[in-house]
Amino acid sequence: MSAATDTVALAPRQRGPVATFFIRLIREKPLGAIGAAIFLVFLFCGVFADYLAPYGVNQISPANRLKPPSARFWLGTDHLGRDMLSRILYGAQLSVIIGFAAATLATVISVLLGIVTGYLGGKVDLIVQRLVDAWMSFPELIILIVVVSVLGPGMVQVIFVLGLTFGIGGSRIIRGAVVSVREQMYVHSAQSMGAGTPRILLQHILPNVLPPVIVLFTTRVGAVILVESGLSFLGFGVPPPAPTWGGMLSGTGRTYMYLAPWLALAPGLCLTLVVYGINVLGDAMRDLLDPRMRGSR
Amino acid sequence: MLDANVAGSPLLVVENLKVHFPVMSGTVFQKQVASVKAVDGVSFTLNRGETLGLVGESGCGKSTTGLAVLRMLDITGGRVVFDGQDITRHDRAAMRPIRKRMQMVYQDPFGSLNPRMKVVDLIAEPMIVHDILPNRSARSDRARELLALVGLRPDMADRYIHEFSGGQRQRIGVARALAMSPELLICDEPVSALDVSIQAQIVNLFQDLQQSLGLTYVFVAHDLAVVRHISDRIAVMYLGRIVEIADRETLYKRPQHPYTQALLAAVPIPDPEIEATRPQIAVTGEVPSALRPPPGCRFHTRCPRATDVCKTEEPVLRDLGGGQMVSCHHV
Repeated sequence: MSAATDTVALAPRQRGPVATFFIRLIREKPLGAIGAAIFLVFLFCGVFADYLAPYGVNQISPANRLKPPSARFWLGTDHLGRDMLSRILYGAQLSVIIGFAAATLATVISVLLGIVTGYLGGKVDLIVQRLVDAWMSFPELIILIVVVSVLGPGMVQVIFVLGLTFGIGGSRIIRGAVVSVREQMYVHSAQSMGAGTPRILLQHILPNVLPPVIVLFTTRVGAVILVESGLSFLGFGVPPPAPTWGGMLSGTGRTYMYLAPWLALAPGLCLTLVVYGINVLGDAMRDLLDPRMRGSR
Repeated sequence: MLDANVAGSPLLVVENLKVHFPVMSGTVFQKQVASVKAVDGVSFTLNRGETLGLVGESGCGKSTTGLAVLRMLDITGGRVVFDGQDITRHDRAAMRPIRKRMQMVYQDPFGSLNPRMKVVDLIAEPMIVHDILPNRSARSDRARELLALVGLRPDMADRYIHEFSGGQRQRIGVARALAMSPELLICDEPVSALDVSIQAQIVNLFQDLQQSLGLTYVFVAHDLAVVRHISDRIAVMYLGRIVEIADRETLYKRPQHPYTQALLAAVPIPDPEIEATRPQIAVTGEVPSALRPPPGCRFHTRCPRATDVCKTEEPVLRDLGGGQMVSCHHV
């Protein structure tokens, strides 16, 4: 039979699953590895911002307002004379935390809601999904503003609100995937074997809806960072002078766009890079975690 | 029925089994407007170590019968008795210990195995579900044993399912079904999705396993040659009913029901000259809808021997002796 044709040459070496994953990432998905590297660099910057930043994050210097990039201020200064490089570094901390925390929360909510309603179906599905409809029919920004004005602005509130909003909306996507997986014969087979619902959800449904889950997560990270910038612009995000990229981009960046374009360029580029990095990493992960894609590029 | 006492009590008794699917109308306030009578009064008895072939065209209810016996569907009427225990109204919890003892082999070996699981995990899953072997390495060893039993190499256990051919996958499906050492296997067209050259191998595998493990099979199929090869007795179904049931030799040599005769006559003979000259039994038209089965004999709309009595009176299964039972007014 045709069984002898596959990877006999690969001797089974003993490695942890995480190490194996990274080796395969570099070997099979170089673009994904670059994405991971970009993300790690920003994570590093965020974590060690205290040591890396040449100036204090809110250290103003009226004599050096709106200075273009130079040897002294690598990325220039803003309208208060604050060093942009320092603020970008600290911003990495805030934006990456917000982006990841909110996207994680959103994904968890989407997966929980989507899997439960999609698999159980019937009345549960009908009721929960009509609530989701109601939620989705409100403009996101209105919900955000209402909740933030009740809870007050702050990072935790922003994470919570964005996680909830994106999570409920995204549950529809996961539910769709679950409904198609639910009808697969292997799910039927597990049921006929006597497997319980938790086992079917975790072993059979979840692994098979992983591709949309990963894509949902990676796109959400970027979306959260951007929406946070919108919120900051309206004064409902993380309040100034906290250095979020979104805040820099839509606040000072826009005001002084013609006078000092570096104010928008630096946070804009960072945002683009992080979102790009996470997206290519997500695509690579999706392929690597699928056993059917083994060895393909 | 046939030699019911020879092998002790029968393993499976199905009495007047009915499975109707409601047809609903309306979006919010649904009401039942009709029902599809997929299985409508099927009875048979199956002894230990025996193989019952269920044949018939698409939509005759043969797969539904198999699923209902496994209690994967709600039973509308009748009884299913497994090893002396009436399981017709068992709920999920009550079915759990029974599930260990009756397993299913699926038609499609591509769809019925989770592509994200390794073979070893697929075969070990039933053992985890039913808490048969407590530790991982014992389960893994057992999975490898089962692989060897179904004719695969034990070292294939660490692969994923997409690396296997159709025949190999079906062997894995069988190994998975055998993991709990069941007594009854419901095989739902287990070879229909395979190449003809592979079909024989899998059928032989089923027979070898039956001999060595003492398994009992309900073998659902539409390929008469395959059914003839493996079955002890064969039930021919038409529109949710059994029209004829007999042991293999009798059914193939002396088919009595016009539908059975037509089915057997439709099997091509691999000789063009004989094929061209042999008498044809014409069955025209389509299978009527199971929503509104015809009154009287359900086959009368297509039967070459139908008379007035067939249109009004429903025939019952009559014993012709020798275990052969036929439901036809003209036999």
